[in-house]
Amino acid sequence: MLEKQMIKDSREILVNSKPLGWVLEPDAKQLMKINSLDIPDSILTDSFEQAERFLKKVGSPVVAKAVSKKILHKTEYNAVALGISSPDQLKSEFARLQGLEGCENILVEEMVKGVELIIGSKNDFQFGPVVVFGIGGTSVEIYNDTAIRMAPLQTDDVVSMVDSLQAKEIILGHRGKAGVNIEVLTDLIIKFSHFIMEFENEIESIDLNPVICTQERCVIADARVILP
Amino acid sequence: MDLKCLFRPSTMAVIGVSTTLDSHPANVIYNKNHLRYPVKTFPVNPKGGLLNREPLYKSVEDIEENVDMAVIAVRSEFVPKVLEQCIKKGVGGAVMISGGFAESGNLEIQQRVVDIAKEASFPFIGPNCLGTYAPDYVDTFFLPGERIISPDKGNVGFVSQSGGVLVDQMVKFAGQGIGISLAVSIGNKACIREIEMLEWFEQDIETKVIAFYIEGFGKGEGRKFIEKVDICSKPVVIIKAGKSKKGIEAVSSHTASLAGDYRVFSEVMKQFCVAEAENEYELTSFCESLSCHSSRITSNVGIVSLSGGHGVIAADACELNGLSVPRIEKETRDAITEKLSPGIKDIVSLVNPLDLTGSCVDSDIMTCARHLFRDKNIECVLALLIPYSPGISADIGAKLSQVARNEGKPMIAYVPNEDKYRIIIEGFELNNIPVASSVEGAVLMAKALKRCKPC
Repeated sequence: MLEKQMIKDSREILVNSKPLGWVLEPDAKQLMKINSLDIPDSILTDSFEQAERFLKKVGSPVVAKAVSKKILHKTEYNAVALGISSPDQLKSEFARLQGLEGCENILVEEMVKGVELIIGSKNDFQFGPVVVFGIGGTSVEIYNDTAIRMAPLQTDDVVSMVDSLQAKEIILGHRGKAGVNIEVLTDLIIKFSHFIMEFENEIESIDLNPVICTQERCVIADARVILP
Repeated sequence: MDLKCLFRPSTMAVIGVSTTLDSHPANVIYNKNHLRYPVKTFPVNPKGGLLNREPLYKSVEDIEENVDMAVIAVRSEFVPKVLEQCIKKGVGGAVMISGGFAESGNLEIQQRVVDIAKEASFPFIGPNCLGTYAPDYVDTFFLPGERIISPDKGNVGFVSQSGGVLVDQMVKFAGQGIGISLAVSIGNKACIREIEMLEWFEQDIETKVIAFYIEGFGKGEGRKFIEKVDICSKPVVIIKAGKSKKGIEAVSSHTASLAGDYRVFSEVMKQFCVAEAENEYELTSFCESLSCHSSRITSNVGIVSLSGGHGVIAADACELNGLSVPRIEKETRDAITEKLSPGIKDIVSLVNPLDLTGSCVDSDIMTCARHLFRDKNIECVLALLIPYSPGISADIGAKLSQVARNEGKPMIAYVPNEDKYRIIIEGFELNNIPVASSVEGAVLMAKALKRCKPC
């Protein structure tokens, strides 16, 4: 069950985002964080200097994304710059992203590497909130290797979802390559399923894609929340 | 809502019987129940008159006795009035055959009927439905008895939104020797819907398997239905129509486009252990299998056949349907070998699928089945019996059934569906072992046990 304060804070974000019809990525990430879901370490800024300090602090490659009310599907606008490791690179990408339509801020995040999964939800007409889980990334619709379950979910449901995927070995480990931390993944999916039950009437659909899973963490690298 | 009056009535009024048109739906229903069913049937027509030299009642209220249920087969504009009369009379429920409601755009009149019934807590089936059929009790299908092939009494309950699909499925059930406890066409489902039928069948001791033909649920109704299924102690089988991707093209998120209406439906059914049949053929196989076996298997099937080819075909079909045909233990092979007829010891293949060849006799098949059942890797045995070999007796069905019952695991048989082999088929079926008329059908029956939750 969700705690009262979590619900209150979440609702505030949803209400504020209502005029736009969807939740801007930094707010969507905040929404996930409020609900105890793991998001990357990040900074939201319009200053290159701040971004540069963040790059130094993280000490590993970062991702920079344009935050714009005009851009819902970032890939289509080339609004994501991956694997930035030097201040020079950051500088040029920063300038390029700021030039994109409606760009208000730049979201700079630590870049986590691992298995890319999708965890999503949809408010189904017949069954109410359902969770979609599967192999993520930008080609998710092409592979469509996903499973769907009615929320809220239990541990068994997550096990059967993983088991029903064609590419389950990617999650479970294959050819000597370790899989993801199933306990952390299960915890994330179950928490997410309770979250979408709570906000059944306030959220139309959610894409957490990709959720990047390693042996330690499952981090929500991108979140898109569509409102009714 | 007590539906006993509707499905097990002692008395029934048929409202709308014609004095001039023998083929009128009400006349068809009146005649067959009056002549062939134990339910006492009263013909009603507001104009009165005579039918077969008997007077018609002008109103249901004129009937001297209590009326358990009414069949309403009058024009839609008269239905509200007739319904009010039924309520006044204290009738327990109605089957509304009449059309001309929501299906033809007349939402207002359907709503009026719903409101009247709701206020009086009066249950009804339909409108715009084919009717109900409970073998040995009542038959309100408006089709003449000589036109349809009706299954015998059995333990499958079937609910369909479409009357056409329902009657067609009755023919298929009858052909496979599957008996039904009750078949209901819910039509426009303005009052009694899938959920109420599920509740009825759950408590009905004559029903063991509950099957549905579903086109779609209302808003949030699927969730309520599945929550009921979750606590239902009987296996539920579903066939879904309307699987196209219409209406999901213009969506703004990946998830919404991945989770089209049918995909969600199908995945949720799987989540709650509902056996979803892909077609009518599967539906029939699932119902037959689940009406005999309540045990659940995970996936491991042992196959015994008299022909290598049949074994391979079955093993292929198993793989295609998510079942495995595992290796059997050495002890199992040794135990079988020890007891086999000397003449076949050197020519059989005791690798799953087991091939006993056309030279085997009854006792060889029984030995194999017995030890397959005892193997820890095997959960279910498929006995593919091609009864062409002289060593197979007419008693093999009954004998093998006994083995299965002794060992306590499910058996499924394949025997060609020919009159000549009737005695073998009945040897199985009368002992609660389902018989498929094709190898693939037998595999589908095993698949039904995999999907079913333990009951």
